[in-house]
Amino acid sequence: MNFTFSDEQILIRDMAERFFRDDYGLDVRRKHQALPGGFCRETWARFADMGWLALGIPEDLGGIGGGTVDMAILMEAMGGGLAVEPFLATVVLGGTLIRDGARPDIQADLLPRLAAGELHLSFAYSEAQSRYDLNDVRTRAKADGSGFVLDGAKTVALHAGTVDKIAVTARTSGGERDDGGITIFLVDADAPGLTVTDYPTVDGLRAGDVALDGVRVDAEAVLGAVDGGLPLAEAAIDRAAALVSAEAAGLMAALTRDTVAFLKERKQFGRPLGDFQALQHRATEMYMDTELTRSLAYMAAVRQDGDDRPAARRAASQAKAKAGQAGRLIGQEAVQLHGGMGVTDEMPVGHYFKRLTLIDHSFGDRAHHLDRLADMA
Amino acid sequence: MDLNLTTEEQAFQDDVRGFLRANIPPAIKRKVDLGLKLVKDDYVVWQRILYEQGWIAPGWPKEYGGPGWSPVQRFLYEEELAAASSPRLITFGLKMLGPVLIEFGTPEQKAHYLPRILASEDWWCQGFSEPGAGSDLASLTTRAVRDGDHYIVNGQKTWTTLAQYADWIFCLVRTSNEGKKQQGISFLLIDMKTPGVTVRPIKTLDGGQEINDVFLENVKVPAENLVGKENDGWTIAKFLLSHERFGIAGVARSKKQMERVRDIAGKEMKRGRPLIEDARFRERMAEVEIELTALEMTELRLLSEEAAGRKPGPEASILKLKGTQVQQGITELLLEAVGNRAHAFDPGILEDEWPGMGNDGPPVPEHAATVASHYFNWRKASIYGGSNEIQRSIIAKAILGL
Repeated sequence: MNFTFSDEQILIRDMAERFFRDDYGLDVRRKHQALPGGFCRETWARFADMGWLALGIPEDLGGIGGGTVDMAILMEAMGGGLAVEPFLATVVLGGTLIRDGARPDIQADLLPRLAAGELHLSFAYSEAQSRYDLNDVRTRAKADGSGFVLDGAKTVALHAGTVDKIAVTARTSGGERDDGGITIFLVDADAPGLTVTDYPTVDGLRAGDVALDGVRVDAEAVLGAVDGGLPLAEAAIDRAAALVSAEAAGLMAALTRDTVAFLKERKQFGRPLGDFQALQHRATEMYMDTELTRSLAYMAAVRQDGDDRPAARRAASQAKAKAGQAGRLIGQEAVQLHGGMGVTDEMPVGHYFKRLTLIDHSFGDRAHHLDRLADMA
Repeated sequence: MDLNLTTEEQAFQDDVRGFLRANIPPAIKRKVDLGLKLVKDDYVVWQRILYEQGWIAPGWPKEYGGPGWSPVQRFLYEEELAAASSPRLITFGLKMLGPVLIEFGTPEQKAHYLPRILASEDWWCQGFSEPGAGSDLASLTTRAVRDGDHYIVNGQKTWTTLAQYADWIFCLVRTSNEGKKQQGISFLLIDMKTPGVTVRPIKTLDGGQEINDVFLENVKVPAENLVGKENDGWTIAKFLLSHERFGIAGVARSKKQMERVRDIAGKEMKRGRPLIEDARFRERMAEVEIELTALEMTELRLLSEEAAGRKPGPEASILKLKGTQVQQGITELLLEAVGNRAHAFDPGILEDEWPGMGNDGPPVPEHAATVASHYFNWRKASIYGGSNEIQRSIIAKAILGL
């Protein structure tokens, strides 16, 4: 039992932190947001060059190996860096689904392209009525010859407007909220009958609603087993929940750092704000909750790679629920302690706060994960 | 990063678990499980069993009688102690004075006191706080004046835990008023049997009696009982308060207490179903467990860093602060779980034997008898050992640089 990073992991961390410190930042972020698709393709190519897009993909499938902890290290740095590039959609969600669910020949085709930065993916699993429940699926897939025909509507699929393929959950049998009967299909984004309504998100990323109107797919589009897609989706979402918790820890660390720096620099009543004990103690709460979130995020990352599914599920929910509570506290306190500057668009604090808040609304909020933990207890 | 135990760690855990479960006296285990009062004999009997096994002082270097365990082994040991319903090991000798003497003591002091601490021959108590010196400890005024081969000590110590059992007290005393107030403090060992030492119990809000005032009136203390240099006691006090981070968070005990929450919630009923099936209560449990797991993982992170050679730092303050918040959160869960059974007060729980006080006590079910008392008693946790406000100030200053 140990809870330290390996030498390779320290290298990943240092490289990522250096990149976001030296080559990224709020101005760069704003430029990337204004580009078509809302992110920078040259930067994406650099991610590929640095090996980031190959993380978590086995070496025999064109990746560089590594596990969820390695990805968490990267996600933590991306949080602090406020990256808008679609790592979460393509590598975390898309990559995990293909790794766990695609046929070997399809893996061999797609994963090297993903690692090279040439393939973008999205996962469309939520619907207007589903909230955070993965089993609440109305989109239908009817068998049609050797393939299927998909009809339905999915909501808030990250970066769906700029991807090559979209993984879609659809019901192949059973009732609306049955656990069985869900199948995941990997659909070409330009398939006839598929339309994406693309929009910016509050936290500066892009997402899209996906309409499926008689979309035909081959049998080979199925990820995992027909009617058995839910466990696959759940494992991918749990992994994403663990990893956005690490991203949240990075955002919290950045907010705490900036707030402490502001308290030292800003003078009122003839002395730095940081001299006031009431404010010192509030900054301390921010620091502590950052560390606690970080601890749970890495525990959850470790658990995602183990054989114990209930432990992985539980750890993901614990980390995500903590990230929700701590994110709200730290985001609100950072804005408050920055005073008027905290509510401007100019300062990074508001951008961190918005991303942190929207993380709570991704892959299940605190209430959702508390429900889930209560059900497991 | 690996949260699984290695084969060796697994074997160690099995070994420790087997021994502790087989050797804990059932009467002591029962008291711990029900939160009943433990008396001196209970602690001493159990500590001697661990002493005979060589496990009484896991934090001490091997040359002084420690078992030479790795941080992970110590972590597992704490876990198994709690799981086996071990009483808390009395920290004053084992975790406070012992490390101080190992670091600052003379060869004679080490040779005399350390073996006696290990064997539970001396019961130590801590003479730090005074009526006028709580969080501002350095403003203490208990005075020690050198008189030939002795110091003459006058003053008052307070909140002294289990002083009624103690053979010795280690005290911070003022030996100089020169310079900063921290500079005139010395660390002195005082035999409680010395004329002029008086112990007066302080009754606490739970009805119990574990803390005391200790009055020192012209107490004659041999000069050889000074630890470290005269006027250098503040350095020792700071060492003592920050040295021991193992177990400071109380994670293992809190996990055991969460089992108690489950157990009680399985017995208490709500709307015809066991409380444990109530969604809202389960959610409250989940909230506390998240904090507890976060604390455990943070402790593991710090221990891993320590094992990799990093010196213990001010992060220990997080463990103390969050640890006591979690502990207090669990006392609230327990209190909520027993519902209106929290009302009845049986004074018998404060005595050595319970039940057994005759039929004059109220009919409190065994699982609920001590819960309210425990809730009130445990408010102390965020006050002692540097209050949580002091811990926040330490973090603000030492980590955040404010």
